[in-house]
Amino acid sequence: MQQQDKIRESMLKPSQASKRERHGKILSFAAISLIVIVVVAIFVFVATRGIATFTVDKGNLWDFFTKTTWNPGQTDKSGHPLIGALPMIVGSFAVTLLSAVVATPFAIAAAIYMVEISPRRGYKILQPVIELLVGIPSVVYGFVGLSLIVPFVRTHFGGTGFGILAGTMVLFVMILPTVTSMSVDALRAVPRYYREASLALGATRWQTIYKVVLRAAVPGIMTAVIFGMSRAFGEALAVQMVIGNATLLPQNLVSPSSTLTSILTMGMGNSVMGSVSNNALWSLALLLLLMSLLFNILIHRISKKGALH
Amino acid sequence: MKHIKLWLLAALSLFLLAGCQQQGAAITAVGSSALQPLVEAAGERYSAEHSGEFINVQGGGSGTGLSQIQSGAVDIGNSDLYAEEKKGIDAKKLVDHRVAVVGVVPIVNQAIPLDNLSMAQLRGIFSGQYTNWSQVGGPNIPIVIVNRASGSGTRVTFERWVMNNVPTKAAQEQDSTGMVRQIVATTPGAISYVAFPYVDKTVKTLKLDGVAPTDANVQTNKWVIWSYEHMYTKGAPKGLAKKFINYVMSDTVQQKIVTKLGYIAVNDMKVSRSLTGQVTKRAGQ
Repeated sequence: MQQQDKIRESMLKPSQASKRERHGKILSFAAISLIVIVVVAIFVFVATRGIATFTVDKGNLWDFFTKTTWNPGQTDKSGHPLIGALPMIVGSFAVTLLSAVVATPFAIAAAIYMVEISPRRGYKILQPVIELLVGIPSVVYGFVGLSLIVPFVRTHFGGTGFGILAGTMVLFVMILPTVTSMSVDALRAVPRYYREASLALGATRWQTIYKVVLRAAVPGIMTAVIFGMSRAFGEALAVQMVIGNATLLPQNLVSPSSTLTSILTMGMGNSVMGSVSNNALWSLALLLLLMSLLFNILIHRISKKGALH
Repeated sequence: MKHIKLWLLAALSLFLLAGCQQQGAAITAVGSSALQPLVEAAGERYSAEHSGEFINVQGGGSGTGLSQIQSGAVDIGNSDLYAEEKKGIDAKKLVDHRVAVVGVVPIVNQAIPLDNLSMAQLRGIFSGQYTNWSQVGGPNIPIVIVNRASGSGTRVTFERWVMNNVPTKAAQEQDSTGMVRQIVATTPGAISYVAFPYVDKTVKTLKLDGVAPTDANVQTNKWVIWSYEHMYTKGAPKGLAKKFINYVMSDTVQQKIVTKLGYIAVNDMKVSRSLTGQVTKRAGQ
């Protein structure tokens, strides 16, 4: 009788294992909700601050995207603060696009070498080099840029050396490892039978690489490039050190200009929370946040569309 | 494996011990990077003389210092500016302690053979009226202006006493004095301005209207580009903050640390200057 009761009890009560499972579930759910709450909180905070420029301080949204005078502490004749962010927007996009344009061919070439041409040597030499490049802190890139690239640009291209060209050169080196390693993954993901089929049809190695492997890997490579661009767009310190930080519309590649991030980091310590100058900086931050959101959406779209089966 | 655990334990307990050390009274002073070296030096000395009392010093800029002290997040807010000069700060709630004076001087690249400019020429350079050194009696080299970030204490001081409400031309900006000095040192034709303590051999200082940028000239206001360094408290200072500010104002700090670091002691000033720029002779001088 007693025996039966014990069995009954153990059947009705949750076992040790199921308890553990429940604890695990609760724990991981708590961790996930914390992350979600933090992300939402950041977004809400940046958005409320950034929008305050236009709602509380009477900034004009159109001015923000089209005017070129950035002096949020002062107002124009009609009482709107001078928040023309066009120079920074142009500067950010210019360095981002240019560095992506320059880095992509190098990255693809390196990736082809590492996957198709000489995997063993690529793995031995290029892989560590790329990993090393990823690990270098951005302040070091900025410092090297300031001491080597800026004087180089000054002597060979004119101007003061500070400007979009120097920023592009620094960002090129910074995003190259990201784009390369992601392109490598994209090429590796191309199934082996694609290559075998191509070679069996009598295509040469180059034809196989160019017409089959690269074509099949296009979505992956696009993702890699956009990833690199989003890194370039968000990079602050290194760019700030070489671009000159002048809120002027770039006249050419060697005239001092600025990016959203460089003006943001420079202004933060010198403005007071809640003032117009500070809110205007939050508007720049909001724009950066929205842009990185856009980059993320693009990456998702492309990887969904181009998934290999 | 056991060894690793032991080492980890040792490292952890070290951390905890380091944390315990801070358990005495501690205050935090935040703000102006121009004033930071002075407060740090004074704080270290204070802690050495008064065991168990600690002064944490952080930079972040005058704006950070003022907004942090206004919100009450720190005990002392360091600033190069009067609180009244900063938008968004309610100066009535803050108590000003002027702990030192610092001069600001225009610096140029070594290759510029000029030693002297008139105030009008300097203003013309920063307003964009002159774009080549030949227009102010120098060689035929384009002028490259390097500014500090707008709102920085050094820039506000410079613009207030040099520009005379003439707007400055939009130009390169850097957010630290060290960067400004390096860029001026390496860029032909560059001009900028730094606080006296940051002047070194890599750059060249300019006289203005024949007045040399010396401490003696600042003390008599012959050299007009200078500002007070402020330590603000929210309401009257209390406890350790009060003791520390008194310590900074004491002769030990004023005569030894302040002058050694390139600042000028408040007590050495022959004149005093109000927020509105009114200059008066200091009593007893």
